[in-house]
Amino acid sequence: MLITSKGQPKKYRNPISQRINRLSPSGIRRFFDLLASMEEVISLGIGEPDFVTPWHIREAAISSLEKGYTMYTPNSGMPELRQELSRYLKDNYNLAYDPDSELLITVGVSEGLDLAMRAVLDPGDEVIIPDPCYVSYDSCVILAGGTPVMVPTYQENNFEISPADIESRITGRTKVILIGYPANPTGAVLGQAKLTQIAEVARRHQLLVISDEIYAKLVYGIEHTCLASLPEMKERTILLGGFSKAYAMTGWRIGYAAGSKEIIAAMTKIHQYTMLCASIMGQVAAIEALKSGEASTTEMVEEYNRRRLVIVKGLNNIGLPCFEPRGAFYAFPSIKGTGMTSEKFAERLLIEEKVAVVPGSAFGQHGEGYVRCCYATSLADIEEALSRMKRFVAKHQAK
Amino acid sequence: MIKDILKILENDARTTTKQIAAMTGTPSAEVAKLIKQAEKDRIILKYKTVISWDKVGDEQVWALIEVKVTPQKDVGFDSIAERIYRFSQARTVYLVSGTYDLLVVVVDKTEHRVADFVSQKLAPIEGVQGTVTHFLLKRYKEDGETLEGKEEVKRQPVTL
Repeated sequence: MLITSKGQPKKYRNPISQRINRLSPSGIRRFFDLLASMEEVISLGIGEPDFVTPWHIREAAISSLEKGYTMYTPNSGMPELRQELSRYLKDNYNLAYDPDSELLITVGVSEGLDLAMRAVLDPGDEVIIPDPCYVSYDSCVILAGGTPVMVPTYQENNFEISPADIESRITGRTKVILIGYPANPTGAVLGQAKLTQIAEVARRHQLLVISDEIYAKLVYGIEHTCLASLPEMKERTILLGGFSKAYAMTGWRIGYAAGSKEIIAAMTKIHQYTMLCASIMGQVAAIEALKSGEASTTEMVEEYNRRRLVIVKGLNNIGLPCFEPRGAFYAFPSIKGTGMTSEKFAERLLIEEKVAVVPGSAFGQHGEGYVRCCYATSLADIEEALSRMKRFVAKHQAK
Repeated sequence: MIKDILKILENDARTTTKQIAAMTGTPSAEVAKLIKQAEKDRIILKYKTVISWDKVGDEQVWALIEVKVTPQKDVGFDSIAERIYRFSQARTVYLVSGTYDLLVVVVDKTEHRVADFVSQKLAPIEGVQGTVTHFLLKRYKEDGETLEGKEEVKRQPVTL
């Protein structure tokens, strides 16, 4: 009989795999639990649109159910969706992807990222990732047996990853550069010039780039450049995108991967064994979004932009210095002036003023000293949150 | 810039100059100046509120009246429209395409008074060939706002 360290009989041999044990537990679980126990909180901690999916998209899905669209779809997604997507990528970025072999419909970008990592990584392969970054990047690399190599990014550089910093971390084991711009949690955007430099680094060292462009449509006063559209980058880029943010469709879980025939085939192989296909209802909704969702997106982006200007100015005014984010729907102010860690700040702010923000440390070591404030919430709530935060900051800076 | 300001005001006329300044990234003084000019140029006609009068038990009768008109020489529909819109009961007057020409929205206290207005004021106007009166039975959506409850966004308190 196996005995645990406490002398209790053990039911299984080491039930949890070593690989999973390597994943760092979410450090802010305690904060989340605290938040869940509280009422009437103004939350700037929600990473999704506050808009409901536009009615024409919901209506298309309802009508498809009425017609009996309830079956599996092909593994790679409904042909009509792949065709619409191919047209969309052509129209937006002048990129020609073959709908039959170079596109895969996934269950959100989350699945796309997991598939991409598992398709390309061998044990010990290194993946270069900006820090701070979206929470699942390094975990997906670890799950696929790879080694994340974090590249710090700084407020002084608007949290843009530096091509030189990437290059200095390249070793014989480096296989992939993984970036996600516009960025969660910082709102940073990489302009075409910087992306071109990153593309050059990738070409010079024969690396793949996985580019998470889920926030592509949410940019303000700047054009989104698709990494794959840069010269010679289409074949070495795995482009990940989706419908959640641009069309307020988070709960539908529809994303896509676009890349070379070889890589998409490999990803499809994993997808077919582990997921089979994305939900048909979501795929039908996504077709409608691509066909006529542009106007709703434009309207939402205009609204986000107004809120963005209000929150960035507001945060700077109350003593939380914040660079101007040009994308996504996050502001990432520095809270260093309060002398608190980001987790402490978030916890105290929640208890004392009932405002929820996400500690920057949740997004990596270099997110410490910052908090993520999502402005996908009503202007009235943003203004109220700012006035509570002002009181909070004044109180704690005085100490 | 003025278009951005107008869009904000059209959605919420109570948005303050200071708020608009923050929302558009424009100095307050500049916003105030642009609004004043728009009022002067009658780009902004008035500031109003959308009210669900039923909830306060106020009885109002609304009627949409189709008016078929014989256009007059030289002036077309405009002079007949003017004779109609001068009446204060006519809240809204549009020239429309289709089987009739003018759409008149009339608001009054009782059906009787609306009927009187149509039969004694509107129908006898020279050039008016005929009218069809539709009494409004229920308002579902007004100026982009649904009257019965708003769609509630139910989000998780925090997501990464």
